[in-house]
Amino acid sequence: MSRDRPLELTVNDQPVESAAPEERILLDFLREDLELVGTKRGCDLGTCGCCTVWVDGRPTLSCLTLAHLVKGRSVTTIEGLAPPTRLTALQRAFVEHGATQCGFCTPGFIMTASALLRDHPHPSRPQILRVIGGNLCRCTGYTKIIEAIEAVAREST
Amino acid sequence: MASPTPPSPTGPFRLLGHRIPYVEGPLKVTGRAEYTDDLRRPGMLVGKLLRSPWPHARLLSIDTRRARAMPGVVTVLTGERYPTPFGVLPITHDETAIAVGKARYIGDILAAVAAVDELTAERALTAIEFHIEPLPEYADPRVGAEPVAEPIHAPGLRGSNVQKEVVQHFGDVDAAFAQAAFTARVRCRFAGVTHAFTEPLVTLAEATPDGRLTVYSATQVPHYLHRTLSEVLHLPMHRIRVVKPEVGGGFGGKSDPLPHEIACAALSLETGRPVKMLLDREEIFYTNHGRHPTENVVRIAMDRDGHLLAYDIEALLEGGAWSSFGTVTTYYNGVLAMGPYRVPNFRYRGRRVYTNRPPSGAMRAHGGTNIRYSIEVALDELAEHAQLDPFDLRSRNALPPCSTTINQFRITSTSFLRCLDAARRASEWDTKFRCLPYGRGVGLGCGFYISGSNSPIHFTPVMPQSTVHLKIDMDGGITVHSMQADIGQGSNTLLAAIVAEVLGADLDRVHVQRVDSDVSPIDIGSYSSRVTFMMGNAARRAAEEIRARLVNAAAELLRRPPSELRVGHERIEVADQPQVAVSFLDALHKAMENSGALTASGSFSTQKLGGDFKGARAGTAPAYSFAAYVAQVRVDSETGMVTVEKVWAAFDCGRALNRLAVEGQIEGAIHMGLGQLLSETMNYRASRLMNPALLDYKILAPDQMPEVEVLLVGEDDPEGPFGAKEAGEGPLVATLPAVANAIYDAVGVRCRELPVTPDRLERLVRARRAEGYAWKEDR
Repeated sequence: MSRDRPLELTVNDQPVESAAPEERILLDFLREDLELVGTKRGCDLGTCGCCTVWVDGRPTLSCLTLAHLVKGRSVTTIEGLAPPTRLTALQRAFVEHGATQCGFCTPGFIMTASALLRDHPHPSRPQILRVIGGNLCRCTGYTKIIEAIEAVAREST
Repeated sequence: MASPTPPSPTGPFRLLGHRIPYVEGPLKVTGRAEYTDDLRRPGMLVGKLLRSPWPHARLLSIDTRRARAMPGVVTVLTGERYPTPFGVLPITHDETAIAVGKARYIGDILAAVAAVDELTAERALTAIEFHIEPLPEYADPRVGAEPVAEPIHAPGLRGSNVQKEVVQHFGDVDAAFAQAAFTARVRCRFAGVTHAFTEPLVTLAEATPDGRLTVYSATQVPHYLHRTLSEVLHLPMHRIRVVKPEVGGGFGGKSDPLPHEIACAALSLETGRPVKMLLDREEIFYTNHGRHPTENVVRIAMDRDGHLLAYDIEALLEGGAWSSFGTVTTYYNGVLAMGPYRVPNFRYRGRRVYTNRPPSGAMRAHGGTNIRYSIEVALDELAEHAQLDPFDLRSRNALPPCSTTINQFRITSTSFLRCLDAARRASEWDTKFRCLPYGRGVGLGCGFYISGSNSPIHFTPVMPQSTVHLKIDMDGGITVHSMQADIGQGSNTLLAAIVAEVLGADLDRVHVQRVDSDVSPIDIGSYSSRVTFMMGNAARRAAEEIRARLVNAAAELLRRPPSELRVGHERIEVADQPQVAVSFLDALHKAMENSGALTASGSFSTQKLGGDFKGARAGTAPAYSFAAYVAQVRVDSETGMVTVEKVWAAFDCGRALNRLAVEGQIEGAIHMGLGQLLSETMNYRASRLMNPALLDYKILAPDQMPEVEVLLVGEDDPEGPFGAKEAGEGPLVATLPAVANAIYDAVGVRCRELPVTPDRLERLVRARRAEGYAWKEDR
């Protein structure tokens, strides 16, 4: 393993001054170094979407991203989406619609779908299907996840 | 037969029967739910496993000296250290935590390393040296069913790799076929499929200086893990503590005690330090324990009036390297054919054969999926021969309530006819079947599944299948302990809702505690769709005991006899004067004046069911679920692409206690069933798994999921808690044949080999056209 190199970035709106080897994966950096374990590790190969975070607001697979690649940029994880103890409208909808069963894919879905709703408050069904196509859920058959996203879209002004 | 529980209240209910959001939902949507890999302990080591690159090899010698000498490596374990064989079924202990003497499949565990970090552990694995003797490789169960040169385990029948053979015959099948007006014969081949839960397999073990061992693991059956750790590690159970954090899906794949769990615990015992072992996705595919690759032949005889006369079934199951649940699977592939229709004559021969491939085991709708497919497809053919509507054929043969099958399954409640009726009407079947244009079609498939295995796996000591403990102290919070394992199906929510319903309490008073064998009374876990039925009854009994004490206390405060009182919402009131009441807390505080915190225990035991012949217990259940699904598909005859447009899913789970969860189970089961039908496959080249990754193991994407209309038509089951039966596994089985029969209606071809990939279907369609007869175009 190579030597640690300084790494400065913003995580959940807080400046972080840390250090990590060149090859440190962003997912490991978040989970192991920063103890932000809400971001999940499902496959390590970019196929399941459980590790989705935002980099400068854009959904990104943290298991395929080197930590040093996001140097100086802003990373948002599930922990930074809303103030602690508060839920966003989408998080509430996931709860009310039963869009989470085992819950392991949920943080990734929330990150992906929150970005979609932020940029397109009234997405079409095909748009939703395309965007969440990079996230794998083995429990719900996606039905209630789509319902939850559409419920938020309906309520948004 | 006497009902084992007092009659269930019939409602109306305040919570049960409604849509109850999962109690842990807010933790899951914020990333705050705690899974095993989220845990860490001071001084924790990383555990890694070395896996066999050989499908079948004799291990002549293993040299770990170089690995041990590497800086940062704390210990290296090989199989001889803990060689005690284990397995989920006590009758087939053929696994070891780490291979002893032989490697039996590519991916078999050869050694375990504990090191200070992951990279060091992985480097140590590459420094372990082996001398091996390659052995003949057995990938084809048809080869292994015959005598072989080098059996994978102790030789089976006639020196073969047969692990289990089941032969059953009830009635006189040959005589029934001799008098049949119509017969069908269907031979189907099913590729293996795997659970593909999103949370990886992971275990954290911590041996402590007080002589205890704590094991946190992603398991759906903490109790069997607890027993197995004790047997293999030679520690008494009371010195082992098993904790189940949140589990990210199981579907059967976390129900065996798995070798990595034991290896991880062994590493901790050896080093005296906490060890975490997280398997990567490739290792999880090798661990498998998924649905058996299967070939079955189903023959059905029917009389002139459309009454079924006999089933004659053969099944050949590919077991992979271990037994796992396989003895049960071998029985299930025959006996789960015994519903939802009355079958007066039945013959079955099933064989399960070891191969040098990753082990097969239990997967959602275990043992009931492949046989259901072949039967429902054969019935579709019979209906066509007899010029009967597929619905009429099925309703004519429905098992009646309160009946006994020829193999002595006790059928109590069944709403199968209501399922048929609901699916037929909602799907507008009569205007569609054989009436839609070429390339579009509808199909019917039905289902039947156990609502909990009546027999526990372990018979000693004799104990209930489920126990639930309640504690209420002066704060009014209701603490619930039980070893039932919520793996995402919503059992914690149901447990809380049942307790709250019985006590009239708000749901937020109830806290279901994490499974922890130090404090959780035993429930034998989340498999065989047993939890709602068994835990539900246990929870109700515990809550009713507390309720009686609250009512007695309220009676004292109100100076009324308890018989005049009833439990209202957060209060206990006089039944015919509801304005006269005491609050929940006042009743509680009165009740605990002399005793302190109120505690109660409720349990559920199964009574003996089934006949006295060998294998009679397999498939017995205190109740069964029933299903009738209609699928509507569009088939592109040029590309072979199937689009499932809609599934009408009529399901009998008795009373649906949490409609949100039942719908979620049905939708998820349909997604999983469609995956097996259309795209999922464990793709082998000889013994080598070619697609051990989620990119190449094709789970249906969101845009391939059909609209699902859930039709819950079940009537109360007499023994289920509040009338409920299972909804976890049964919803899967009807999916596959409904779609296959719809494909037939669309393009006139029968799918005999799963998955029905576009290339396979396109070939079938082309072959049918080449034969020169049209399908529907001319109608």
